[in-house]
Amino acid sequence: MKQLTWKDLPLGGYVLEPGNARKNLTGTWRTERPVIDQDACIRCRICWMYCPEPAILELKKPYTTKSGKKYDLTYEIDYDHCKGCGICAHECPVKAIKMVPEVGGG
Amino acid sequence: MAVAKALSVREELVKERLGLTSNYAAAYAVKAVDVDVIAAYPITPQTTIIEKLAEFVANGEVDAEYIPVESEHSALSAVVGASAAGARVFTATAAQGLEFMHEVLHIASGLRLPIVMAVPGRALSAPISIHGDYQDIMNARDSGWIMLIASSAQEVYDSIIMAYRIAEDSRVLLPVMVSYDGFLMSHTTEPVEIYHEEYVRKFTPRNLSRYRLDPRSPITIGVIASPEWYYEIKYQAIHALKESKSVIKEIHGEFNKFFGTNYDIIEKYMVDDADYVLITYGGASSGNAKEAAKRARERGLRAGVVRIRLFRPFPTEELVNAIKDAKVIAVIDRALTPGNTYEGPVFSDVITALYSSGVEKPVVSVVHGISQRTMLADDFYNLYKMLDEYAKTGEYPRRTVFMGLRT
Amino acid sequence: MKVYFRTIKDLPGEEYFGPGQLTCAGCGPSIAVRWLLKAAGPDVIVVNATGCIEVTSTSYPYTAWSIPYLHVAFENSAAAASGVESAIKVLRRKGILDTKARVMVIAGDGGTYDIGLQSLSGMLERGHGVLYVLYDNEAYMNTGIQRSGGTPHFAWTTTSPVGSKLKGKVQRKKDIMSIVMAHHIPYAATANIAYPIDLANKVKTALEYLDEGPAFIHVLAPCPPGWRYPEEMTVEIARLATETGYFPLYEWDHGKIRLNPPSNAHLDKSKRKPITEYLKRQGRFAHLTEEDIKEIEKEIDEYWDYLSRLVKAFG
Repeated sequence: MKQLTWKDLPLGGYVLEPGNARKNLTGTWRTERPVIDQDACIRCRICWMYCPEPAILELKKPYTTKSGKKYDLTYEIDYDHCKGCGICAHECPVKAIKMVPEVGGG
Repeated sequence: MAVAKALSVREELVKERLGLTSNYAAAYAVKAVDVDVIAAYPITPQTTIIEKLAEFVANGEVDAEYIPVESEHSALSAVVGASAAGARVFTATAAQGLEFMHEVLHIASGLRLPIVMAVPGRALSAPISIHGDYQDIMNARDSGWIMLIASSAQEVYDSIIMAYRIAEDSRVLLPVMVSYDGFLMSHTTEPVEIYHEEYVRKFTPRNLSRYRLDPRSPITIGVIASPEWYYEIKYQAIHALKESKSVIKEIHGEFNKFFGTNYDIIEKYMVDDADYVLITYGGASSGNAKEAAKRARERGLRAGVVRIRLFRPFPTEELVNAIKDAKVIAVIDRALTPGNTYEGPVFSDVITALYSSGVEKPVVSVVHGISQRTMLADDFYNLYKMLDEYAKTGEYPRRTVFMGLRT
Repeated sequence: MKVYFRTIKDLPGEEYFGPGQLTCAGCGPSIAVRWLLKAAGPDVIVVNATGCIEVTSTSYPYTAWSIPYLHVAFENSAAAASGVESAIKVLRRKGILDTKARVMVIAGDGGTYDIGLQSLSGMLERGHGVLYVLYDNEAYMNTGIQRSGGTPHFAWTTTSPVGSKLKGKVQRKKDIMSIVMAHHIPYAATANIAYPIDLANKVKTALEYLDEGPAFIHVLAPCPPGWRYPEEMTVEIARLATETGYFPLYEWDHGKIRLNPPSNAHLDKSKRKPITEYLKRQGRFAHLTEEDIKEIEKEIDEYWDYLSRLVKAFG
């Protein structure tokens, strides 16, 4: 890839595209990944509220649990950005999130 | 014909002729360009600028937000913020105040903000001195600002009007400092022709196309750049400053045409056939030099003066062109660069300019007027006589001459 | 405080900060900034002081900010924000631009307690309509954990080390809220990342007051590497800070002081959790002796006594 020269950059080091830090894939930092048990999850929003990134996505995706409970929302991890801090698992009131080693733990 | 035309132009544009100090002239210019935000902190010899502006705002003559900040650091920081939000801004300072805002000087140019600041130059502490010289201004030299040095109250007024056009030009977008002699100009009353504001505003339309802080198109200003990016971003500003010279000349041309004046980035006084040239900046040095050149001419010496009006970017080609036929040259500095081969800062600039053009000349470094030590036209006349001696003997001082120093 | 968000379900979904910022895993300040912006919504301009959030969020050519953002330097965010606010006001008045935005400063404890205190005081005194938010991680974390005026008594930092003669920070934490309140601005409050609903309501309340003058919010935001605890504990430790009475939640609203839940119950000391619950989870306090802990407890009691007198006088 050709590297950008001084002529190619917007002046003053301005960044013109809002929120483009999304391109930093901070998920690569992770040593442990959170895994949400969708059947145990009670959709309380606490993990989503406390995530620093944010890397917990609140999706309008209906889900029916094995016990037949219906939810309109599904919480999923944005693994591209989740740094694996584990706040979500630690704060989850029903222990529906588990931290799983990234390597060898699958 | 040209003169007659210029006079008739001015007849229409000039609203009134007032006795003003250079500081008041600066304030009148800021009023004329319809400034939006002024941030001000008092320091001698600048204070009367911001007093006058406070008066204009208090009387409703200027519709601006006047931010009476708690320090010079905050003064420049506040106008950085205001400029980033799209406002036309002004601040002023001198000496310790300019040193205190030094950090933000680099940020203002790095962020490419069209800020205009007036600086009546003053000596730096310690020992503390409220009197004029150019040490503060020279210390700001490498901060990436466009720097104009005026030599009369009229020129201060005109330069500040020009400064807004230069700073806001899309090809430039850099801050501009308009400086002049502390006290000898800042507190000396001269006749100044004030223009009808409608004409000044016609000459200085706002550049509303530049990037600014606005939720409708959210941008980030003031990033952290790794070594992979810093160099390129910095070079953009370096390049813009260098290239601004042609825009500055163009705007000088337009100003002259519009207002019937005759400004250039250097001022030449009896230089065309001169053997001996004094290179000066600011009001007192240049005025004395011109008077001395007149006397020297009366006594048969072909004397001339080149006054540097645009200090950054340096008018290299224009200056070399003006002095290339002279026999001996002296550069009069009112500031010091301690520990350098020669202690005159602009002397070094002149030598560099000559070197870059392959011109070799005897050039003498002279320092005087430090902390406003009295300068006389006679001192300068004696300088011309010395230069004449040097030409005859081929010998000239290879170190800085500290004029007027008690030894 | 006006209640804009009653429960967790009312909290807004839109995001204006992140992801992709280079903050450490489990960063408390990142949670703070995320909620500041979510509460404020899109019509805000942020002026950010140099610090953790600044260096991690604007690493060129990327920005984590989806609202207009300005960083100038370390000590001058309040001054720069004064300029932004004045510009918006005058440009609207003169009909030159119609920018519609509230101005919010986001600065750390170094940029507020120490190097930025002068410009903060200037901004408050001049009465600019700016919300100044201090995210307090209690040390210069970005430069590698050096003590600041906001670092608590006895805390280990690299410039208040635990040595044979001196054990952690010798001085007490500066009472920044009292300094701010002494400027008699319309609104000042403490908040905590463990209580985002309270934080969001305070942000909205503060922004609504800006036509009258400045507002200030002091947000406690723990830092895993600086406070020396495992990163999943950030919220728990933040919560304990308030539950133990170390960091009370309260607000100064037009001259009235009000303690907010859960701190409103804590005038009664028995309702506070033991301070050891807070201290023992953090490596920066690992060296504390029984006596040190007693001293900290005494200082907390003194602060509560001061607060109770404030509440009595201004409640």
